[in-house]
Amino acid sequence: MTAPAVELIDVRKNFGATQIIRDVSLTVPTGERHAIIGPNGAGKSTLFNLISGRLTPTSGVVQLNGENVTGLPPHLINRRGLSRSFQATNIFPRLSVWENIRCAVLWSLGYKYAFWRGIDGLADVRERTEAILTAVGLIDCYHVQAGVLTYAEQRALELGITIAGDAGIVLLDEPTAGMSVAEAAHAVALIRKVTEGRTLIMIEHDMGVVFDLADRISVLEYGQVIASDVPARIKEDSAVQSAYLGTAA
Amino acid sequence: MTEIASTVANAPARAGLSAAGSAAVVRLAAPWIALTVAFAILPAIFTSGSALTVLSLMGIMIVFALSYNMLLGETGLLSFGHAVYYGLGGFLAVHAMNTVIHDRLPVPLPVIPMVGGFSGLLFGIIFGSVSTRRAGTVFAMISLGLGELVASSSLILRGFFGGEEGVSTNRTKLLHIFGLNFGPQIEVYYLIAGWCVLSMMAMYALTRTPFGRMCNAVRENPERAQFVGYNPRVVRFIAFSLAGLFAGIAGGLAAVNFELVNSAEVGAAQSGLVLLAAYIGGIGSFIGPVIGAVLVTWLEVMLSDVTDVWQLYFGLLFIGMVMFAPNGIAGLLMMHAPLWQARAYGSMLRLALAYLVALAPALVLLAGIILTIEMTYRLSVKAFAGTTMFVFRLALDAASPMPWVAAAMLIAGGFWLFRMTWPLVGAAWHDAFTLARATGRTR
Repeated sequence: MTAPAVELIDVRKNFGATQIIRDVSLTVPTGERHAIIGPNGAGKSTLFNLISGRLTPTSGVVQLNGENVTGLPPHLINRRGLSRSFQATNIFPRLSVWENIRCAVLWSLGYKYAFWRGIDGLADVRERTEAILTAVGLIDCYHVQAGVLTYAEQRALELGITIAGDAGIVLLDEPTAGMSVAEAAHAVALIRKVTEGRTLIMIEHDMGVVFDLADRISVLEYGQVIASDVPARIKEDSAVQSAYLGTAA
Repeated sequence: MTEIASTVANAPARAGLSAAGSAAVVRLAAPWIALTVAFAILPAIFTSGSALTVLSLMGIMIVFALSYNMLLGETGLLSFGHAVYYGLGGFLAVHAMNTVIHDRLPVPLPVIPMVGGFSGLLFGIIFGSVSTRRAGTVFAMISLGLGELVASSSLILRGFFGGEEGVSTNRTKLLHIFGLNFGPQIEVYYLIAGWCVLSMMAMYALTRTPFGRMCNAVRENPERAQFVGYNPRVVRFIAFSLAGLFAGIAGGLAAVNFELVNSAEVGAAQSGLVLLAAYIGGIGSFIGPVIGAVLVTWLEVMLSDVTDVWQLYFGLLFIGMVMFAPNGIAGLLMMHAPLWQARAYGSMLRLALAYLVALAPALVLLAGIILTIEMTYRLSVKAFAGTTMFVFRLALDAASPMPWVAAAMLIAGGFWLFRMTWPLVGAAWHDAFTLARATGRTR
């Protein structure tokens, strides 16, 4: 039996005396599209930060593909096949769109800190960069400085950077937040396409998007997972309704 | 797609497109060939007695300023102690030369700068492992502290640093190759020029490597770099070590050039000078620090000839650049690139005329400021020399009110006229860009 892509065991995070994440245990099997929902301040982004190494858990264990990664820095977790996007756009603003993606593909293609070989002659880097830019629909503005893109374009670039390294596990933090309905629909189609065959965990507020994309949904409230099930059951769950869906409706 | 890829990557094209490939190679090699030719013929153009000395200094400063920009421009590390690697490279080079002379080792002079380079690299690795853990203010403070540490040890460890007078050597006593003894300055100039071209090529090539690109990424957003697999600390550390290597080469060249290295070479003033040169030239492009190095070296030599307070003018220039042209001289030039690309030669001519019109009052204003500074300096610091003095070859008496009134009028009048003429530049600029955009060649 293969180990789950992501497994959290009794993960806890305190900021001072405040408990933000309270003994969360969560298992996401390989290949699943998993959504995390919950009210503002429930600890969703903190949970992402704990999984991706931005924060270290106060206690508990984080495992990727059966390997303990608790307390590892982000670049080591990334090298083990996990990539993430951010709620607030997190790109290289003064580099071109092309450079943004190219920087994100380098490590996964094994070029590491190479300062003894030219970058422009690397066909695999060029082809992968081109493929990613085509996939996220930014190939026509490859030369534009990333900081001057529109918001929706920057979100697409953020997604591109996230998937560029070909990580098996992708974490997306509110990928459609702040988008118009049309842009969000486009983004969902894009996410569905580019995360094909990967394990996806996403935080999302838009219930349409969640029920459309997710294989399974976990509901987080006050730092605890109060339900984790397939979308149909989550809809019926009374605890969920009172905690989240009820207040949202 | 093929077209996009080849323009984007400006790469030596894909397999099969050999014609495009060789064109790309020519495009890549052309600037370096031009540079080499320029270095070769410069001594024939500038034939005055001091020209060779100044050109040699420029070559050294170009290497030093470019090595500094590997930190500041490329990786976003503001160092206040870069002279440490330049100076230590110089000291180890000079000691190496003396050892070679003393032990009659078969080592020719042209390889000596490499000793400086390896020393710079070694100290870069040692000090870099401490200082590059953090970026930003922490890094800047540590660089300042390390600079002070080395500068103060240079006065304590007299055996190595030679105390006040420094360590001297004789570059003609090393093994002679190709019949060169490197006594005449022209031979040293070509030695420096050769090392300068090689170092420039190497440093440019570094910017076009996976590591070089990640330096930019770490400068822009170290956290994001971490989430695509890179450890920003390692990127900064490698950049710091390699910057030490090239600073050390520059220091080794200085040792060869002066045949003397003293503790001032590792000091804060030298660290400040290279920061100034890189910044004034422009840290946003590769050519910027080169321009800055040439200009700063020239100003240093030229200004110190005509005025005692040349450092004050230096400071004013620096402040002016930081305030009005933070992207440096290269940045100012680059602003015009879209016009050039749009082939809007007519608008460029109009713009140039507008610049000339605005330049006249600016020069008047500058003359007034210079007059004020020179008279103030004469009255306050250099009073013993009397009040009669020459400014712009004009005899005047700083104690009488007339020159002061004249200075005030120059400043007020120049400023007023400048304010009147500056909108012309703005208008010409606006028209030029409207036109360039209309032709659709610029975005």
